[in-house]
Formats: sequence, structure tokens, C-alpha cells
Amino acid sequence: METIIEKSLEEVFEEKIANDIRIEPKDWMPEQYRKTLVRQISQHAHSEIVGMLPEGNWITRAPSLKRKAILLSKVQDEAGHGLYLYSAAETLGTTRDQMIADLHSGKAKYSSIFNYPTLSWADIGAIGWLVDGAAIMNQVPLIRTSYGPYARAMVRVCKEESFHQRQGFEIMMTLCNGAPAQKQMAQEAFNRWWWPTLMMFGPKDSESPNTEQSMRWKIKRFTNDELRQRFVDMMVPQAEFLGLTVPDKDLKWNETKNGYDFGDVDWEEFWNVVKGNGPCNKDRLSARVKAHEEGAWVREAALAHAQKRAQREAQA
Amino acid sequence: MSQQKDWPLWEVFIRSKQGLDHKHVGSLHAADAEMAIQNARDVYTRRMEGVSIWVVESKHIHASNPDEAAAFFDPANDKVYRHPTFYEVPAEIKNM
Ligand SMILES: [Fe+2]
Ligand SMILES: [Fe+2]
Repeated sequence: METIIEKSLEEVFEEKIANDIRIEPKDWMPEQYRKTLVRQISQHAHSEIVGMLPEGNWITRAPSLKRKAILLSKVQDEAGHGLYLYSAAETLGTTRDQMIADLHSGKAKYSSIFNYPTLSWADIGAIGWLVDGAAIMNQVPLIRTSYGPYARAMVRVCKEESFHQRQGFEIMMTLCNGAPAQKQMAQEAFNRWWWPTLMMFGPKDSESPNTEQSMRWKIKRFTNDELRQRFVDMMVPQAEFLGLTVPDKDLKWNETKNGYDFGDVDWEEFWNVVKGNGPCNKDRLSARVKAHEEGAWVREAALAHAQKRAQREAQA
Repeated sequence: MSQQKDWPLWEVFIRSKQGLDHKHVGSLHAADAEMAIQNARDVYTRRMEGVSIWVVESKHIHASNPDEAAAFFDPANDKVYRHPTFYEVPAEIKNM
């Protein structure tokens, strides 16, 4: 007698993951996989959108027309990144309205880095160089993430990020080659952004309970600590080139591990900002809510206009 | 007035250069087709990625069922003779 072995949906899914076959929107997937992705992708999208605020703050005060055009373009890219990601998240069954409501109610998080203020023009350099640099470190492995629409959005995002980092580095380089006061501005911005940037990789592996499952599902390809280490190893020589001092007294080259030893992140500060008590959390969220509410009439009018026109066309 | 809050969802297809097919690049929300095309230009072609854009409201896309993919595509599975490599061509025969 012939027995037909029916593979369960879960086995089919696990097999695809094991063989690096992408999961696509209509494929069966475990509820928890779907939930994890909605949380991660929408949080990523929110970070791109909220991330426009600290930089947008300097568009009208950029030191030259060239810098202004570049910054405007970079901020516009971030809006695009947010939109690619929202649409990737929507393929999982959530809606744009729901995601935005969750951001505004504080239920959904965004990267804590954007809760720090941009005090001087040098902060715009530091953000491009460090924050976009860390974003690249986080995002490049996501090109191979197991969910198709997320991976494809990351391909586009990563293509655009490298200009972001380079324009930031160029701002820093210009300041570092300038007058002593400019060099000092650059150093102060570096001091402000170094540690918050290291926090962008998330909590220590030992305190990141979701990491293991996300690695098993190949949503994440490297742990938080692995990426943080790589970032430090990549950035220290760049800081040296600029003649900037890394604000970490424990930073030391370690020959045996072929990487830098570095000091411990202030995790109390990290959790504090995550919980909403960073220097700009309230400003950022209220700016988003205000923009959304004040734009409501435009969205409604556009919809009414489209409906009216469709009606008229149907009658004609 | 309608209670719909989100603008409808549109799928975006872009021809990256003359002579190539339009290819799906993602989706976006817009009130109507005209706005969808303008938004698609701003979201998906900021660096000359396209010379032509198609938008289709997502609700009009019908898809094959991934759970039945094996059975659905089965008819092509056992027809190796549809490929040129199935045939043996003598070494003396050139340019075939
Ligand atoms: Fe981005
Ligand atoms: Fe960026």
C-alpha cells in the first residue's frame, strides 16, 4: 500500500527557511513569525519617518545652498525608506492607519537615536557619518532576511544609504580641516553621538530575548553585539583619520580578537530613552501627531475629489 | 461621505529603460491614479530608476494560490523535451 506523506504547513515553512527560500506574503507562516515581522518592519518604518525630524531641523539653516540641497535630498530619501517599509509591512495584513495609530499612541517604538537633539551643524555631519553608518551595518544583512518584501525593500534602502553616510563624513571632514573652533564643533558632536549610536544595535545579546528566535527564522542574521563590534572596528580608524578622539577611555586594540575592546554602553540611559524619557521623545512624537492631524483635511479632500471625479466619469 | 480613512493601495510597476519590461517595485497609497503615478515618481524613481510607470489598484490584482503551486505548475514539470538540451546534436553539426 502506498502512503502519501502530507507535509504540514509548518514543515513546508521550516523547509523554506532552512533552504534560504524567501517567504512571500501569501505563503503560510507561523503567527509569531508574522507578528515579529510586523513589529520589526513597522518599527523600522517609524524610525525612518521620525528620523527626518532631527535633520529637518537644519534644512533652513544649512551653511550653503549645496549643503541645503544635499540635506533636503537625504531627508526625502528617509521619507522614501519609511514608505518602502510601510508597504512591506502592509503585505503582512496590517494597515497604514493601524501602524500610524500605534506610533502615535506610543505602543510602537522607533529607534531611540532620534530622541537626541541636533544642537549644531556638526550634529548633521555626525548623524550622516555615525547614525547612517550604523543603519547600514544593521540593514545590509537584512537584504538576506527571510521575508521577501522586507528583503527587497532593504535592497533599495541600502543603495541609497551610502550617499547619506558619505555626505555626513564630508561635513565632518570639512569641519575637521577648518578653524580650531570648527574642529571643536566636530569633536563635540562626535562626543554627543558616539554612545547613542552604539545603542542603535539594541540591548546586549544576553538581554535580547527575541534575538534567538529571529536568528532561527533568519529574520536577523547577526546578533546585536556582533554588529556593534563590527561597527566599532569600522569607525575607529575613520575617527582617527579625521583626527577625532573616540570618547571612550576603555577603547583599546585587542590583537587576539583582532578587534577593539570598548567600554560598556550606559544601559540605564538606553532603557530610559526607550521608555520615553529621552531628551526629545515628547517633541518628536508631538511633531508627528501634529503633522498627521493638520494634514487630515488634505487626505480627506483628496479622497472626496477622487470620488467625485470617479462619479462624474461614470455618469458621462 | 465615505468612512474609508486610508487612501487606496496601488501596486507600482516601472520600466527602468526603453526596451525592458515594466517590473513590480512595491506599493503605495494614493487617492486616485494620477496621484499614484506622481507619488510613484517621488517614492520609486528619485535616481532615474524609470522611464515609464504603471499603477494598478491592488484590489484588481488576482494571484495564483501559493499553497497549490506544486499541483498548479505540475504540467511543466515532466516535459524536459521542451528544452533544447534534451536533444543530442552530432558534433559535426555546427550552429544549431
Ligand atoms: Fe534610511
Ligand atoms: Fe539614511
